[in-house]
Amino acid sequence: MRKSTDISPLARKPRKTGRRSPLASIALILIGLVATGGAYALFSTTASASTTAANQQLLTEGSKLFQANCATCHGMNLEGTQQAPSLLGVGAASVQFQVSTGRMPAAASGPQEEEKPSQFTDQQTLALAEFVGSKAVGPGIPSKQYLGGTGNAAKGAELFRINCAMCHNVAGAGGALTEGKYAPSLSGVSALHAYEAMITGPQNMPVFNDANITPSQKADIITYLKYLDKNPSPGGLDLGNLGPVSEGLFLWIFGLGAIVGVTIWLTAKAN
Amino acid sequence: MTTTTSETRGGAVVPERKSVTQTTANWIDERTSISGLVRELGRKIFPDHWSFMLGEVALYSFIVILLTGTFLTFFFQASMAEVTYDGSYLPLKGIDMSAAMSSTLHLSFDIRGGLLMRQIHHWAALLFVASIGLHMLRIFFTGAFRKPRELNWVIGFVLFILALAEGFTGYSLPDDLLSGNGLRIIDGLVKGIPVIGTFTSYLLFGGEFPGTAIVGRLYTLHILLLPAILVAALGVHLLLLVINKHTQFAGPGKTNDNVVGVPIMPVFAAKAGGFFFIVFGVIVLMATFFTINPVWLYGPYDPSPISAGTQPDWYIGFADGALRLVPSGLGFQIGDFTFALNVFLPIVVLGLFIVLVAIYPFIESWVTGDKREHHIADRPRNAPTRTAIGAAGVVFYAVLWAAASSDLIATHFSLTVEGVILTLQILLIVGPIIAYLVTKRLCIGLQKKDREIALHGYESGRIVRLPGGEYIEVHEQLTDYERWRLVSFEDYKPLMLRPNAKGQISPLERARSVLSGWFFEDRITPVTTHELEQQHHAGHGALEGDSGTEIESGHH
Amino acid sequence: MAQHDDGVTTPDSGAAGSPVGSTVALSSESGTGVVPLDSVENPGFPPHNPRQTNLDPKKDKNAERQVTFLFFLSIIGSVFALAAYMVFPIVPGDFGSIRENNLFLGLGITLGLLGIGLGAVHWAKQLMREDESVEYRHGTRGTEETRAKAVEVFELGDQESGFGRRTLIRNSLIGALVLTPVPAVALFRGLAPDTDPTALLNHTMWKKGVKLTHDPTGVPIKASDVTLGSAFHVIPEGLNQRSDALEQKAKAAVLLMRLQPEDLHVTKGRETWNYEGIIAYSQICTHVGCPVALYEQQTHHLLCPCHQSQFDMTHEARVIFGPARRPLPQLPITIDSEGYLIARSDFHEPVGPDYWERHV
Repeated sequence: MRKSTDISPLARKPRKTGRRSPLASIALILIGLVATGGAYALFSTTASASTTAANQQLLTEGSKLFQANCATCHGMNLEGTQQAPSLLGVGAASVQFQVSTGRMPAAASGPQEEEKPSQFTDQQTLALAEFVGSKAVGPGIPSKQYLGGTGNAAKGAELFRINCAMCHNVAGAGGALTEGKYAPSLSGVSALHAYEAMITGPQNMPVFNDANITPSQKADIITYLKYLDKNPSPGGLDLGNLGPVSEGLFLWIFGLGAIVGVTIWLTAKAN
Repeated sequence: MTTTTSETRGGAVVPERKSVTQTTANWIDERTSISGLVRELGRKIFPDHWSFMLGEVALYSFIVILLTGTFLTFFFQASMAEVTYDGSYLPLKGIDMSAAMSSTLHLSFDIRGGLLMRQIHHWAALLFVASIGLHMLRIFFTGAFRKPRELNWVIGFVLFILALAEGFTGYSLPDDLLSGNGLRIIDGLVKGIPVIGTFTSYLLFGGEFPGTAIVGRLYTLHILLLPAILVAALGVHLLLLVINKHTQFAGPGKTNDNVVGVPIMPVFAAKAGGFFFIVFGVIVLMATFFTINPVWLYGPYDPSPISAGTQPDWYIGFADGALRLVPSGLGFQIGDFTFALNVFLPIVVLGLFIVLVAIYPFIESWVTGDKREHHIADRPRNAPTRTAIGAAGVVFYAVLWAAASSDLIATHFSLTVEGVILTLQILLIVGPIIAYLVTKRLCIGLQKKDREIALHGYESGRIVRLPGGEYIEVHEQLTDYERWRLVSFEDYKPLMLRPNAKGQISPLERARSVLSGWFFEDRITPVTTHELEQQHHAGHGALEGDSGTEIESGHH
Repeated sequence: MAQHDDGVTTPDSGAAGSPVGSTVALSSESGTGVVPLDSVENPGFPPHNPRQTNLDPKKDKNAERQVTFLFFLSIIGSVFALAAYMVFPIVPGDFGSIRENNLFLGLGITLGLLGIGLGAVHWAKQLMREDESVEYRHGTRGTEETRAKAVEVFELGDQESGFGRRTLIRNSLIGALVLTPVPAVALFRGLAPDTDPTALLNHTMWKKGVKLTHDPTGVPIKASDVTLGSAFHVIPEGLNQRSDALEQKAKAAVLLMRLQPEDLHVTKGRETWNYEGIIAYSQICTHVGCPVALYEQQTHHLLCPCHQSQFDMTHEARVIFGPARRPLPQLPITIDSEGYLIARSDFHEPVGPDYWERHV
């Protein structure tokens, strides 16, 4: 991870009030309330996690794992080094996303960190995440209520098109960024990772904090992604959902190929 | 059924029953004189070669497009009036969209077989343009555009442009995010045309982009104006095909004065008719198993979202690619006006390329000075310069085409977008030159090999020991029929520079002579009877001596 | 050669090697073609090799059976398609049913079509007459007689009408014909409203005090909401209520980002355009108008997914790659008394692609 994942102090200030714009309609107040509630729920998760006694053990384990696997690059006190950014304030969500998708610990340097099999068990990942999360306030591990895919798929799809599709493609097939970087495919990505990616903005992905996309809106987006995963295209195989390019290639190679084959058979002399 | 009597030669009267077919045929002929047409066309000869069927693929996919398109018009609403979607596709329920998009979703998801029809229509459209492209390449590389078929080449070219226009207007109709962004690019492209651009875009969209008029206007073009012109041009295209008769490849018994093949009734009719069903079947097969243009994923058009990997359908790809390959910073402001060279340059370059394609037959006949009728299709190798020009054109087009998917090339081959674009920029200039040189050498190489084989036969793989102890490989001589395919091509000499009536040589004539020399340089002459006889005597039929190759270089 | 009454000849197998005569000279000019006197002669039609179905009655019978089978297959396919139409209806709420409907209906129709097609071709290849026929070509141009007749027709027409003689009539007719389409062309001005397009292109909905709101909800955005590394998709307040929302959005869509203030290279005169590192730029590409919104929060590059133009957001969206010519226009922003982000003014230049009348 690089320097980008740090969150400005402004993000960490818990908002105590809903939006009170004189122009806001009831709907807006509702959205504001949901947003605030969501944010509160998130921060309280982190806060309560660090207090219980059972978690003390988790933090100790996390500390050990961190010293052994992460400290060389990110510093003994998460302060960061020449090679890697500080992890203060990245939050437990960021660590869980990076470690459980195998992006961290980093592999050989490429344009960006790639997804690979995780080096840690779920328990170890959680320990690492809680340890980093306990050092400074940051986005915590998201609450299960947003991950069930029970939101509004239509609203999620609209938000997805506006906020995500330009990089990840409307069908979540992924796309190119500058200098060899790319936005990965979202097919099969778990709800937890999708949520964590939105809230932490891994690598070059922008951060979509709870003021930008509220937790319930994130839940809507996740619902849409799950819908895409569960419902294959009614028109048949989707050719990778890459749009007209894959359709054109398919047509030229297989469609026209088959037909040229037929013309050869058709005009060949019968023996 | 009528019963008549007729006299047999013997004089006895026997009743003769006429079948329904006969009666019907009689009824029609008495009102249309159709028997003349049947007599004229029924036994017309059509030569058999796989590459002669490509135009038919285009014709048949067009018929499929007409059939399915008609079905779609019964459900599609070409209106940009805003409605709230309330159909069965959950992720768009409650979303505001145009009636065009909503009716597209309705016919896809709520009408049995509607999605199938849409997919057949779209796959057939892709096949339509692709088969026209392949058909044009076949015509080009075999020289089948030469006199008397230059006009039909131009008409075919017009059909190609109409097909592109049909494709693009159809692609834009559902008013989804992908096609909407395509229209936005068209808007930007039109605005970039100096002087008239802004107003043209304003008229096209009926005001500011996107407006509420464009879908309806494109629909009128798509289902009325363009198909009407297309059908008319297609009629002329086929009529000229009948008048000129089809070309054929050189072969024993085939000459410039005859057509050898199967008669329309019944063999060709059965093959071509059957082929229609096969083409139709293959298209339906694709539509059955493979999704095309999932508009439900793209969602309704909205000016701020866009999808990664936004591309036009393949046949517009070359234009999109041209836009991508323009280097940074072209264009400037002169006084109160802006000259958007970064947009106008690709328009000009593509325009020139397209015009060159359209008028190529006239250019070639002017350069070569060849005014004869040609009914024998060239083997590409026997016209090395033309084949090389064609290869250069294909590479130029292919690079532009590839550029339209620069982002997907980058992600799928782990490259950088910047690297892919830079490579393609270089290839756009260098590629055609290399293709020209390589193809020309390749053609000449193949011609030399043909000549070798015509003179000395095939290498049989049989090794014989001569009485002197020398080992040689026996060459198998060709039969006259086999040899004819290799030697029956025409030889040309470059145009001579001759002063006109006033005794002057105009610069145009001079240029023509130079071009003609370039067109015919390095040519290989066909084998002559004399050479064959010499070879026969020298080699005594079976064994090859070393007589070398007789190659005439064109530099004289 | 067997001569048919329709002028088509058939090369019998016995006629192999027969010379092929030339019938009609195809053109009067020869051009640059070289015809060597000793060029190899066309050997004539090769001997005919009969196919298996002609030699072996059993194979003939087999082929017949195969063709019939294929036609029956087609019948089965069409019946299957009809059945599939009824058996696999689209069930409201069941998305999978559309897939089944598409699949089985398509399969049936495919079978129906391919059965006929393959059957007919197989029939033609194996059972219909196989030997080739010959038809002679004639020069495309009409015979001298026909051409003379055609010329005569035109001359008669000219004489009888006086078209060539009465030049005044002729020229006035040509003039009239040229002018008639002009009113039709003028009618097309009605395709767009009477207002001047360039005036519209110069302005957007943004003006002093207009709140920056979320796309698509229209909820206003506070400066404190925009954290480092964020990218917000922004529309002007009140856009959703307008009847011309899409046209306005096509010009007014904005991307909002927050960078470290020290990363921004601000030119003179633009110092007040950002708010504590929060910057707002037009989302409409200056190349041909695609929405540019692929923001990379580490490199601060903005990429257009259509034609790969790249803009450096630390240097006021200057172009660093691709076909675009100009930086994206910046929207000057500040906050109101409640902390909501508002525009200071409209863009200081027209947004979107270049057009002829554009000037700054």
